[in-house]
Amino acid sequence: MRTLGYQLALSILATTVLLSGSSVHGADGVPLPKVPKALEKAEKGHAELMRLKHMDLMRHQRDETVHKGIRTKQYSLKACISCHAVPGPDKQPVSITSPKHFCRACHDYAAVKVDCFQCHASKPPSSVNLKQPLSNQIQGFLRR
Amino acid sequence: MSKGKKKPKADTTRRNFLAGIAGMAGVSLASGVTLFSYAEAKAPGEAVSSKVRWGMLIDINKCADGCDKCVSACFKENGIGNTGNPATDPQWIRKIEVRNPNTSATESLPVMCQHCAKPPCVDVCPTGASFKRDDGIVLVDKHICIGCRYCMMACPYKARSFVHEDITDQKPYVPRGKGTVESCTLCVHRIDAGGIPACVEACADSAGGAMLFGDLNDPNSEISKRVAKYASRQIRADLGLDPGVRYRGL
Repeated sequence: MRTLGYQLALSILATTVLLSGSSVHGADGVPLPKVPKALEKAEKGHAELMRLKHMDLMRHQRDETVHKGIRTKQYSLKACISCHAVPGPDKQPVSITSPKHFCRACHDYAAVKVDCFQCHASKPPSSVNLKQPLSNQIQGFLRR
Repeated sequence: MSKGKKKPKADTTRRNFLAGIAGMAGVSLASGVTLFSYAEAKAPGEAVSSKVRWGMLIDINKCADGCDKCVSACFKENGIGNTGNPATDPQWIRKIEVRNPNTSATESLPVMCQHCAKPPCVDVCPTGASFKRDDGIVLVDKHICIGCRYCMMACPYKARSFVHEDITDQKPYVPRGKGTVESCTLCVHRIDAGGIPACVEACADSAGGAMLFGDLNDPNSEISKRVAKYASRQIRADLGLDPGVRYRGL
């Protein structure tokens, strides 16, 4: 009976890991979040910096933008979501409601609630074509 | 024959030359008058400064009864949808009718956040979410707004709205969410990019061109010139709030 319960629990665990598909395993067998690739190549050190500091940088930038009207591309949430847009089945960027969304890949894994998107748009407008080079489109989009 | 050919040539050149001079004068005058404030659009990394004070002059004589082009342009620009609850739906700008009880004369005018120099909504805000930017635009920092609605009580123009419903598909440049207070931002995202508010653009494009936007601190701006030349009024000027929105013909 005990063995059966153990086996059942194990199979449920295995199924969950298989079905979620959002985690990969590191060298030591620890499951890691599967982070979707960005659409543009970033400068060196971007990923490392953002992994540690994105919340601080974005909070700083939000105050600069709202209170001082500083709207530079660097650290702007709009720039994040345009470059980190993840195409869905219809080739359009998915919103935060999809588990495939860039922010959710890690936030779901770490069980940290992200409430930015209660107010902010979680995807670039559908006018942004993900198949074409993004630089110009992002520039145009950020000028708004 | 060669004479005949030469003459019109000389004439044309002279005419072109004169026309060119006139054109140049026109352009420089026009840019000095109307485009001065836009030409000075700040760089994206530059902070707003109190050298500028954005304001609006609305000529009510050009504002037609029943026309709500400014309202629909505002709703479209800022992603304000109809949730089916007119009593609580946000209104950033609305058309109102005023009637003089003595003469029964009615006038129609748009009213939005008046972007006061001394905004009472900022005075009462317990968290500092309601604030005035250095360039005179009164905004809500929704990151720190707790939705207490004191500012709505304090505003004599009923300019602020509370968001009662969940909002999805916001415009990327206008974040809006349930539980916060919001109001006309003077299309701050457009202004920071050197543009003009959506209502002003819509009124100029498809209505009477009643709305004029510009820098009240710049004596060479069109709005400053008109404010200096023609009589205009602020709504409830007696309150001493010094609104940035002025009305002509009220």
